[in-house]
Amino acid sequence: MTHLPFIVASYALGVLIPGTFMVAAFLRMGTAKRRLAALDPRRSR
Amino acid sequence: MDAGSIVATPPGKRNPGRSLHRFANPGRFLRLSGAVLPWLAIAGVVVTATGLVWGLFFSPSDWQQGDAVRIMYIHVPAAWLASAGYLALAACSFVSLVWRHPLADLAAAEIGPVGAGFTALCLGTGSLWGKPMWGAWWVWDARLTSVLVLFFLYLGHVALVRAFDNPERGYRSGAILALIGVVNLPIIKFSVDWWNTLHQPDSITLTGAPTMFIGMLLPLFVSAIGYTLLFAAIVVARTRAAVMERRIRALLMMRAEEVSA
Repeated sequence: MTHLPFIVASYALGVLIPGTFMVAAFLRMGTAKRRLAALDPRRSR
Repeated sequence: MDAGSIVATPPGKRNPGRSLHRFANPGRFLRLSGAVLPWLAIAGVVVTATGLVWGLFFSPSDWQQGDAVRIMYIHVPAAWLASAGYLALAACSFVSLVWRHPLADLAAAEIGPVGAGFTALCLGTGSLWGKPMWGAWWVWDARLTSVLVLFFLYLGHVALVRAFDNPERGYRSGAILALIGVVNLPIIKFSVDWWNTLHQPDSITLTGAPTMFIGMLLPLFVSAIGYTLLFAAIVVARTRAAVMERRIRALLMMRAEEVSA
């Protein structure tokens, strides 16, 4: 495969950037859900 | 004309603005997005992985560019989403300014960082594609420069929204910046036609047949659909978190007021 380092670096970025956003968003959502449940169990559902 | 005649909706006629407000109610948004989000995220991961594996291992290499053309399966969807994300940001900003809807404010604030991330991905992969093809990591070409301006617009929006003690002022300022920045979108789109650029012209247009081999076009579409689903899943998850955080702040303030009283 020609230009392999450039291709590998591009695919690494293509996985890492959206992956980091996705994991961070779900962790933030989970934290908010737990905090809301602790404060007001009725409204968190 | 009395006030009643301004606000009243004639019998039998629906008020589209009111329907929109009802649909975008934060509580309803949490319920709807809670049901849709897992499927959106799973579909995004599966379709993106399919597109990338297809593009990397099963699509043909280009007769001129060799295997470097495989960078396209990330670069082009990232470029599409950089512009589409900004359009979504501008639409939320418009709704925020016209109807003053809090969910539009939150959505705009959450689209900003994600759009900046995808624009950075577009610029990064473009640079990695440019070096072996053009012999340079960066050129001050009209297309590249206008996308860099888009990246700065996103960063400006992110900074402006968080720059004020009063969040409402931040949302208003960010919305005005987002709407002014829309002028950059046609510049990005037509830069390769208006100026003599090193960047190649569009291979896929709405009006003409694609100038790309079908074996490359299909994995590109799959990858683009996958990344779009991922983008949507990330924005929905972030907006859900923002709605819940706003509720937490309101509850904590209410309790603090109760304690002080």
